[in-house]
Amino acid sequence: MRNILAIAGKDLRSYFTSPIAYVILTGYLLLAGWFFFNLLANFNQMLIAYMSASAPELLENLNLNEWVVAPLLHNLAVVLVILVPMITMRSFAEEKKSGTYELLMTSPISVAEIVLGKFAGSFVFLFLMVALTGLYPLILLWFGDPEVGVIASGLIGLFLLGSSFVAIGLFTSSLTDNQIIAAVSCLVVLLLLYIIAWPAQSAGDSLGPLLRYLSLTEHYNELVRGVIDTRDVVYFLSVIALALFLTLRSVESMRWR
Amino acid sequence: MIEVENLTKRYGDLVAVQDISFSANKGQILGFLGPNGAGKTTTMRIITGFLPATSGTVRVAGFDIFEQAREVRRRIGYLPENPPLYNDMSVRSFLAFVGRIKGLSRMAIPDATDRAIERCGLREVSNRVLGHLSKGFRQRVGLAQALIHDPSVLVLDEPTIGLDPRQIIEIRSLIRDLSGERTVILSTHILPEVAQLCDKVVIINRGRIVAEDTIGNLTGEYSLEQVFLKCTSRDDAEREIDPAMGDTP
Repeated sequence: MRNILAIAGKDLRSYFTSPIAYVILTGYLLLAGWFFFNLLANFNQMLIAYMSASAPELLENLNLNEWVVAPLLHNLAVVLVILVPMITMRSFAEEKKSGTYELLMTSPISVAEIVLGKFAGSFVFLFLMVALTGLYPLILLWFGDPEVGVIASGLIGLFLLGSSFVAIGLFTSSLTDNQIIAAVSCLVVLLLLYIIAWPAQSAGDSLGPLLRYLSLTEHYNELVRGVIDTRDVVYFLSVIALALFLTLRSVESMRWR
Repeated sequence: MIEVENLTKRYGDLVAVQDISFSANKGQILGFLGPNGAGKTTTMRIITGFLPATSGTVRVAGFDIFEQAREVRRRIGYLPENPPLYNDMSVRSFLAFVGRIKGLSRMAIPDATDRAIERCGLREVSNRVLGHLSKGFRQRVGLAQALIHDPSVLVLDEPTIGLDPRQIIEIRSLIRDLSGERTVILSTHILPEVAQLCDKVVIINRGRIVAEDTIGNLTGEYSLEQVFLKCTSRDDAEREIDPAMGDTP
């Protein structure tokens, strides 16, 4: 445990002693703010239009959760698809490039401790990012009355989604000593998992549900809608576990090649 | 302290190290000599547990490096060819981190860090960022990280490479000070360094040991240069007439 914390602390500190953390956080919050502003402005316009048209049945359907929070969370998921590879690309690739990998691998710590430590470091950083975007829905609470449960469920979803991304990013980083390759291959895998369900409708009875099951978006959707289903949570946890397991094997194989 | 027996390492078809055996006793400084690409770094990486051997055994302080890797790693300090430094950390925080992953208790770390800083002459730079240090200081920090957990075996891969003459002298005297209780294996291709520092010499060429003896015995008749040239060229001649051994030119 102490070794895991040592590695996690080291990685986390290195995010913040270099400009990486600040660039990523600034970019992320800037984009999130822009999305939020636009969604809210849009919502406001619709509200005014419906009110002047005096259409109560339309107004009934208009709520902050569905029109602001849910689209915001979906947009943020796409932003994470792009940013998480930048967070995780260094984790193993840079250690290998700079030779510090030799230090880690010849220290009395296990490969599992290294992998979990690296995961924990990026995980905490991601948690910080997601928590900061939680501020935007909080603003809504101040001025309106969205459903808090649904917002919480959505944030949990974003958090689980991001953690799966981080685990996948660690895996691609463990395969190479080149950060660009690590980032690009992670991005491709994430995008693929994101859109894998697109042909589901025409894919037939057996393949269709499988593609839907594999798709990150389908599971994320449920959580954003406010439905915390164990199936979805288990899905994300198994993606994390599988990616970390593959990372472990890939790091170990380096030792036994 | 260190026993290497019939160690072989292959990368696919390429034989990096073939059937080498040697040993070093407690308190000895063993010089590991050989031309570039002879297999020095590979051997050291195997001893430190970074690479697995294809066959053969290595025991450090009585522990097998495969079976009891953790025990061995606790007892080895390793300075790879490029000092493994995190460029965005300060000297002090880097050494504290290394102390932690080498298994020092939280209480012991500040003392160990101070000791290593003092020993390697790093006091004036202890709060500087590693990425801004000169080559000489980087090498010394590399040595400090190898020492931090007070290991009984030190494995140093070309510890004086790229340093200016003064720094070379400083590092050498540091290594001499460090030996004492410890066993040191150091690789180099600077021959006078071996003559000055080492008790025992192992010359390796193309993955095979071509000489293993004490400095006194090796240099009785010839100078170390002559011995080295003889050992490393004789093997070349053998290779040319032995087509079965043919590998990369």
